[in-house]
Amino acid sequence: MTAAPTLWPFLPVLLRGAAVTLEVTAASGCIAFILAILVGTARVSRVAAVRGLATAYTEILRGTSALIQLFYFFFILPALGIDTTPMEAAALGLGLTFSAYGAEIVRASILGVDNGQWDAARALGMPNGLAFRRIILPQAFGTMLAPFGNLLVELLKSTSLVSLITLTDLTFSGAQVITSTGRPGQTWGAVLILYFLMCFPLAQAVRSLERGFTVYRGPARRPA
Amino acid sequence: MTFDVHLAVQILPLLLRGLVVTIEATLAGFVCALIGGLVLAPGYRANSQIARTASRGLVEFIRNTPLLVQLYFLFYGLPLLGIRFSAMLTGVLGLGIYYSAYIAEVYRGGVDAIPAGQWDAAQALRFSRSQTWRRIILPQAIPPVIPVLGNYLIGMFKETPLLAMITIPELLSAARQVTGTTYRYTEPYTMVALIFLVISYSTSLLFRHLERRIGV
Repeated sequence: MTAAPTLWPFLPVLLRGAAVTLEVTAASGCIAFILAILVGTARVSRVAAVRGLATAYTEILRGTSALIQLFYFFFILPALGIDTTPMEAAALGLGLTFSAYGAEIVRASILGVDNGQWDAARALGMPNGLAFRRIILPQAFGTMLAPFGNLLVELLKSTSLVSLITLTDLTFSGAQVITSTGRPGQTWGAVLILYFLMCFPLAQAVRSLERGFTVYRGPARRPA
Repeated sequence: MTFDVHLAVQILPLLLRGLVVTIEATLAGFVCALIGGLVLAPGYRANSQIARTASRGLVEFIRNTPLLVQLYFLFYGLPLLGIRFSAMLTGVLGLGIYYSAYIAEVYRGGVDAIPAGQWDAAQALRFSRSQTWRRIILPQAIPPVIPVLGNYLIGMFKETPLLAMITIPELLSAARQVTGTTYRYTEPYTMVALIFLVISYSTSLLFRHLERRIGV
């Protein structure tokens, strides 16, 4: 092997893939966030039927695998006559999967708000809906942020699955680069580093956010 | 497209054979991860700064990159280093390494939750370092983390379809084989989804029960 091609000329290909990865993350993240708020709220509803439906939704989505759900949207929706582009299938598939995890976060945060807040709102003559929107949700929102951030990191990593439904994300681009260079070890290594460069700063940001919210508790210590 | 129940029943034995491989990979991967976590966790409190930084960095790298790409890296990269593992061994190793980074964190959390007084008391009673760990710290640290470990076991089970991408003949591979010959997607993928749902849901119920029994 003389003058073996190095990876540098292929960096733009990988970077274009990384852009698609971020795009899928943003699209599915938005869908997941909106659904998570709705389903998470429904999980604590007073109406048993609503609660039951929301519970079934989260249990089914959390109980099956993200990749299988993605395949479902990609292969089966078209067979049902609903045409989706790979991007739509990806955003929908990952969005739904992660909304189920997000809904659990929303539910836990709502339940975490002190009951006295409900009592106080009632004492002030607020109807339940208003109390929920003005008093409970804003307080629950603070505790949701850090777990949502962690979930976003998981989502970013999970977008690598969309390469399997033909979307040219970072992972797919890696496979393409390998067909041109014939260097799987180095290419996958480079792809890993690029993912790390996207996920790590996000994870660090979440961590500092988390510290901001838990500062009053103080760190747990023990002598070395 | 309708759901062909006859086909669904017909492919069940094939899928169940795949399921056996899936379960084998999950259990083997989980044992790897439990051990891997033990290897990584002490790094957090190592005396040497280098060891601490190295284990911290390794854990961060594993946690902040996708499992799928890690599997590709191992599957296509190891042979270049002259290491020839079977696909199954590579897959189990990949799952194990990925989850060990999470489980190390669980172990660390469990140990950190032990009040400092326990360490002081052990020292006051002249327990040796290993006695302190074996008799005082671990017996208190392990039960509370069992439910968390259970969640990771279920999580790993749900990640195993990725193993299909490195040629391991697990459940999803079996389903793909069916789609390849019949061009029917609804039945195989629905069956796979149902199998996953039944197993992960019943396992989570089992762990919830266990959680109540140990009372944490």
